[in-house]
Amino acid sequence: MSKFVEIKIDGKVIRAEEGRNLVTVAKENGIFIPSLCYYEHIEPPLGTCRVCTCRINGKAGPACTERVMEGMDVEVNTETLKDTRKAIVEMMFAEGNHICPACEKSGNCDLQHMGYELGISSTRFQHLFKDRLIDFKPTRMVMEHNRCIKCMRCVVEVKTADGKSVFNYLNRGNETYVGIDYQQEARLSEEQALQAMQLCPTGAIIVKSDIMPKPFGDRKFDLQSEQKDYNSNESIVRKRISEMGKKKIATISLAGCFGCHMSLLDIDTELLDMVELVTFDKSPLTDIKRFSTRCHLGIIEGGCCNAENIETLRLFREHCDILVALGECAVWGGLPTMRNTIPLSECLEEAYLNSVTNEPGNHIVPYHEDLPKLLDRVYACNEIVKIDYYIPGCPPDANHIWKAVKNLLWGEAYSILYSEFKYD
Amino acid sequence: MAVSNIGSRPGKAKTEFRGNLLDELWKRQDVSGFISDADISTLAQRFNLADIEVEGVVSFYHFFHRKPTARFVIYLNNSIISETKGFVRIREAFERETGIMTGQVDRTGTFALFLTPCIGLSDQEPAALINFFPFTNLNAIRVKDIITALRNGASPASICDMPENNIRYMAPDDKSVFFRKFITGSAMARAKEIGAAAVIETLKQTQLAGRGGANFPTWKKWQSAMLQPAAPKYVICNADEGEPGTFKDRVLICTQAASLIEGMMICGYTVGAQYGIIYLRAEYRWLKHILEDVIKEYKEKGLLGKDCAGINGFDFEIRIQVGAGSYVCGEETALLESLEGKRGEPRTKWFFPVERGYMQLPTVINNVETFCAAARIIEMGAAAYLKIGIPGSPGTKLISVSGDCKRPGIYEIEWGMTVAELLELCEAEDPYYIQVSGPSGECISMKEKYRRISMLDLLSRKDIRCGGSFMIFNRQRDLVKILLNFSEFFKKESCGVCTPCRAGSFIIQRKLERLDNGLANEKDLEEIRSWGAIMRDTSRCGLGKTSTSSLILAIEKFHDYFEAKLDKEFNGLNLKFDMEAATKDYEKYKT
Ligand SMILES: Cc1cc2nc3c(=O)[nH]c(=O)nc-3n(C[C@H](O)[C@H](O)[C@H](O)COP(=O)(O)O)c2cc1C
Ligand code: SF4
Ligand code: SF4
Ligand code: FES
Repeated sequence: MSKFVEIKIDGKVIRAEEGRNLVTVAKENGIFIPSLCYYEHIEPPLGTCRVCTCRINGKAGPACTERVMEGMDVEVNTETLKDTRKAIVEMMFAEGNHICPACEKSGNCDLQHMGYELGISSTRFQHLFKDRLIDFKPTRMVMEHNRCIKCMRCVVEVKTADGKSVFNYLNRGNETYVGIDYQQEARLSEEQALQAMQLCPTGAIIVKSDIMPKPFGDRKFDLQSEQKDYNSNESIVRKRISEMGKKKIATISLAGCFGCHMSLLDIDTELLDMVELVTFDKSPLTDIKRFSTRCHLGIIEGGCCNAENIETLRLFREHCDILVALGECAVWGGLPTMRNTIPLSECLEEAYLNSVTNEPGNHIVPYHEDLPKLLDRVYACNEIVKIDYYIPGCPPDANHIWKAVKNLLWGEAYSILYSEFKYD
Repeated sequence: MAVSNIGSRPGKAKTEFRGNLLDELWKRQDVSGFISDADISTLAQRFNLADIEVEGVVSFYHFFHRKPTARFVIYLNNSIISETKGFVRIREAFERETGIMTGQVDRTGTFALFLTPCIGLSDQEPAALINFFPFTNLNAIRVKDIITALRNGASPASICDMPENNIRYMAPDDKSVFFRKFITGSAMARAKEIGAAAVIETLKQTQLAGRGGANFPTWKKWQSAMLQPAAPKYVICNADEGEPGTFKDRVLICTQAASLIEGMMICGYTVGAQYGIIYLRAEYRWLKHILEDVIKEYKEKGLLGKDCAGINGFDFEIRIQVGAGSYVCGEETALLESLEGKRGEPRTKWFFPVERGYMQLPTVINNVETFCAAARIIEMGAAAYLKIGIPGSPGTKLISVSGDCKRPGIYEIEWGMTVAELLELCEAEDPYYIQVSGPSGECISMKEKYRRISMLDLLSRKDIRCGGSFMIFNRQRDLVKILLNFSEFFKKESCGVCTPCRAGSFIIQRKLERLDNGLANEKDLEEIRSWGAIMRDTSRCGLGKTSTSSLILAIEKFHDYFEAKLDKEFNGLNLKFDMEAATKDYEKYKT
């Protein structure tokens, strides 16, 4: 009975059964339309995340809520559409508090994977840092609201044996979150709870006491990577470079942990080549405190948590031709931003006033003109100065860093392997 | 009332019909001032739902409270028009007189004070609702008197205002379509005379298009509903009028309820529907009795009920559903969800309402003005109607005018009038920035004052089509503040289901704040434009799609204005950063 129709996707003519879902049809024909909320057997499709936005018969709209029809003309991979879809995923990162290094689902997360897939290294949007709850009250699960992208999957799919909902949206607007019914949740079987966790495209639903089924190491997406290294046949190391020709680099760790600097040193023997090619000016590696000259490249680790960070960062901007934000903290604030959802006074009072001290009765919050002043929140570097490039990762892979540096300084072509670009 | 189960699916009624949930919640809200945990559980049980589902519904609508409120609940309007008419002073007055801050309830449980977006009284701002009774043209002294009277035992019903209709202008030479005298039953009688097919033909000839904002040809909607095989069918009147600055539907209900009812009946007759529902926004609860009275009258006259208007087999009933505070419920599919007792989340475009609407059955949804116009068109006939307006855009349009003008109110203009003419009629005072069709519409500058208001040239954008309102702002007004007010509105009223609107509105607001604080540069404006376009292309419903359109247009049309707000010293590298503000919290610890 099924009727076949002809549609066009990016100019390619495709025959497909009428009425089938466009995302699936595209996939079967080798055209990838990114999607997050789409879950094949949920009908009608949820259409909440909008990551699958394409142009259908000239009109922008989600592919996952489209049924294939005769003459349908779909644009998927135009530059604008690619950027639009990327923006939506960036929005999710900016909206939630996705601190991947601290997430159980890292490596098994559809959102994270979509980030890689679309090549996101930093978001164009300022992160919103909304204060959200981590709810330990449910019997079987922990609800990590920081990580929920409100895809609605759990809302429509997770039901008790007698068909009662377990999850539902609460509030509206930017206050919307997915509430959990403690009573109903307790009635779920162990297996149903695990299914809910798997259903969730992010790490928002975590089953208690369940050791993550997969160990850290190789993850489901790792296995899919078949990238080969790109070998540039002309290595700069082979060229002789005079002292004058050496490029000058400055580095700094602002509100970071020096982990990125450690990673910088992690290229082992290549380090010896490197010293031939560059000199380090102001940097913790050389312990040079002041810029002695203008530098070609400034590498920034960490975001800005105090006034001194801001001044230093501006100094770098003034003295460096190119500024690179190295690592998550520099890119968008990273782990230190965990305090961004809590008022500064609460943080300080917890740390200094309500804590135990070995000088009883001497509770004060340190304040001195020589101490840098703490900012109300941690700022990403690109909120303060223009950043030219971002190298994400926590920490970024050493090879990735040097490949990027070589490219920036000498234009050397390079490829980054998947293994060097996954940070979970 | 027997009508309260209109829409329940016959035969399947094991548990209570979920469509009654909103009414049940209202009962509890009205009686005890809030909805308690116990209420949630009881209702969940009655409707066979999980508690969280009821909780989800309650938390979606901002007139439902989960914490005790008070005997007198005050909702002060914080729309932009209210702001320009002294909102801040009025809020202070309320706070002073009641002794509570906004958002609070006093200890004795006498007063609670909340803010709410436009309540459809922009022609008499500042205005507030107290226990959903309207109080208009407020000033500090009146606030004091009102609160004193309430303290002394007066009821809000006894001291509230009866808002003026403020019909300022009708198309001259007997060309008024809406406000001419209406004789009960006349339009329906005419429809019966000419038959369903001719009704559709007449609407087609007269090019009646939806007056709720989307301008969809009404005849097409009715025709496709007529052709649907499923039954029963529904006719729904969208009286949610949530677009800030718009109040034409309010005035139509006050003055033309009969033609509204008859428009719905004609629609029901044409498409073969059995039930009509009016979705009335809670802000207009004070108008409910007007509709009820007319419905009652129609029933008594045999115009509603069984074999309506003497047409054999045409059974048609109308009930009223009151909303509970949510702008997005004006979006037709969100409205359907709300009618079904759910959160007002717009549906995807998987089905159209005429195919599967209310309870998955064929449904026609039209705006109040559309139904009124349909009744009038059938009553007067295509030929007479086509003489009004301009070729290609016949008829008249109701426009709600507010803001900086001497004569705010309703203007029934002939399509084809220019902006300049309208501004002159309402005696606009030094107009500078005009918001047409509300925050989700478009803004125009005085350079465009010779543009016509019509349904023509939609693509070339030569003429302006107007959803129903003109908000006029003079040169003293701060455009960024206006746009911030809009962005706050969209941020709060987004249903929260799709990413671009939920997160985007928030992000855009942060950008506007930067602009307001003088920290932005040209690149920020560029980003606003680009991000706004992304929201337009990716949002699920009209709310997100249009929420940035005025902003983008404003940057284009009032570029000089925005330019003056930018960081001039920006060298492309160091961004402006307010160090003082950022270290203010820490400075508190200076000893
Ligand atoms: C966010 C949003 C709010 C809306 N609010 C209203 C409203 O308050 N009243 C209305 O009649 N239409 C409103 N609409 C338009 C409706 O979706 C729908 O187009 C209209 O009710 C159809 O009736 P019409 O064809 O008679 O205009 C809104 C649309 C959107 C996207
Ligand atoms: S908890 Fe997970 S499945 Fe549920 S809405 Fe959030 S992201 Fe989606
Ligand atoms: S655009 Fe806004 S209101 Fe519309 S569905 Fe998306 S979140 Fe809801
Ligand atoms: S995958 Fe299409 S909207 Fe989420």
